[in-house]
Amino acid sequence: MTIYGVALLALCFLVGKITGTLLGAAIGIDGDVGGVGFAMLLLVVGNNWLKHRGGLRRVTEGGILFWSAMYIPIIVAMASVQNVRAALTGGWVALLAGVAATVGGFLLVPVLSRIGRPAATQTEHE
Amino acid sequence: MSELIEAVLIKNGLVFAFLCVGLLMWVSFWVSKHVLGSKIPGVALAIVAGLALAFLGDKKGLADVPLFAGLALLGGSMLRDFAVVATAMGADLDKIRSAGLAGTVALFLGVTLSFVLGVVVAFLFGYSDPVSLATIGAGACTYIVGPVTGGALGASSKVIAISIAAGVVKTIVTTVATPLVARSIGLDNPHAAAVFGGLIGTTSGVAAGLAATDPKLVPYGALTATFYTGLGCLLCPSVFFILLRWLA
Repeated sequence: MTIYGVALLALCFLVGKITGTLLGAAIGIDGDVGGVGFAMLLLVVGNNWLKHRGGLRRVTEGGILFWSAMYIPIIVAMASVQNVRAALTGGWVALLAGVAATVGGFLLVPVLSRIGRPAATQTEHE
Repeated sequence: MSELIEAVLIKNGLVFAFLCVGLLMWVSFWVSKHVLGSKIPGVALAIVAGLALAFLGDKKGLADVPLFAGLALLGGSMLRDFAVVATAMGADLDKIRSAGLAGTVALFLGVTLSFVLGVVVAFLFGYSDPVSLATIGAGACTYIVGPVTGGALGASSKVIAISIAAGVVKTIVTTVATPLVARSIGLDNPHAAAVFGGLIGTTSGVAAGLAATDPKLVPYGALTATFYTGLGCLLCPSVFFILLRWLA
């Protein structure tokens, strides 16, 4: 049933968020540290584990894939509710600091991508 | 009559938001295909259009207009994170494992680099006290790390506002620029996406930028980016601030 997939996704999501919040509390941060990451790992590992046992039923999988497909529309909605005016009110300091940090990150992508990269993917384009 | 219709749309805000986003994406894809000859992906266009529409409102973007309040729920952090987790269904465990080390290095380097660049910019603009410098440096990480650090160190509200603005600028620049520079920085595989997520760290920006570049890369970038804000909140008010005070 479709709801089984949605419920499974909800379980992974909540367990991840709780783990992230507990980790945050443990290191003294009022917030969620890597909650989404833990949830994703849980779903990937769980999915992998189930695959060896015949995998999820297609309808059940559909409950998860629906939300995966809703991801881009949600991002579009998210873009429309950003505090874009704040970006302008911070003045030049904010503008330059934000741009510098982003450009710096972009420039390091090719450098760090070399770390631990399997030889096969060097030529492979996905 | 129009009041009655508007009341229905406001009352059913989330459903109206589905319709609005659907229309916006349909128009974006149409323009992308027929006007721009598919040179700019429809997704990228829709995201930029969303950002532009956000100027109609204030702090909550378009959702400040009562009619469009439902967008705040659809585009809020709960559904965003829920959908991001769902994208992990398409992720490959082996690829995640092989990107683990590079992703971790990227996280530490990304937070450090953003902080240093933010501090340098603030210093050039005449800020010299360690608290303000650290807060603006933290803002260059993400718009959450900035106020968290500023709050912990007791920065002025003006400086905290600047730090939030710096983080928002980063999110917007990442959203818009990622699809444009992706090819030249080799951002075309899961490994590079994991590194990218760790280096940039703004979850919203990374997710939106990768969605506009290649939706298949989203889970890998989101996976590392999600640890960035936490790491920043951990390092900026402590280790980084102490180092900064020692240097000053």
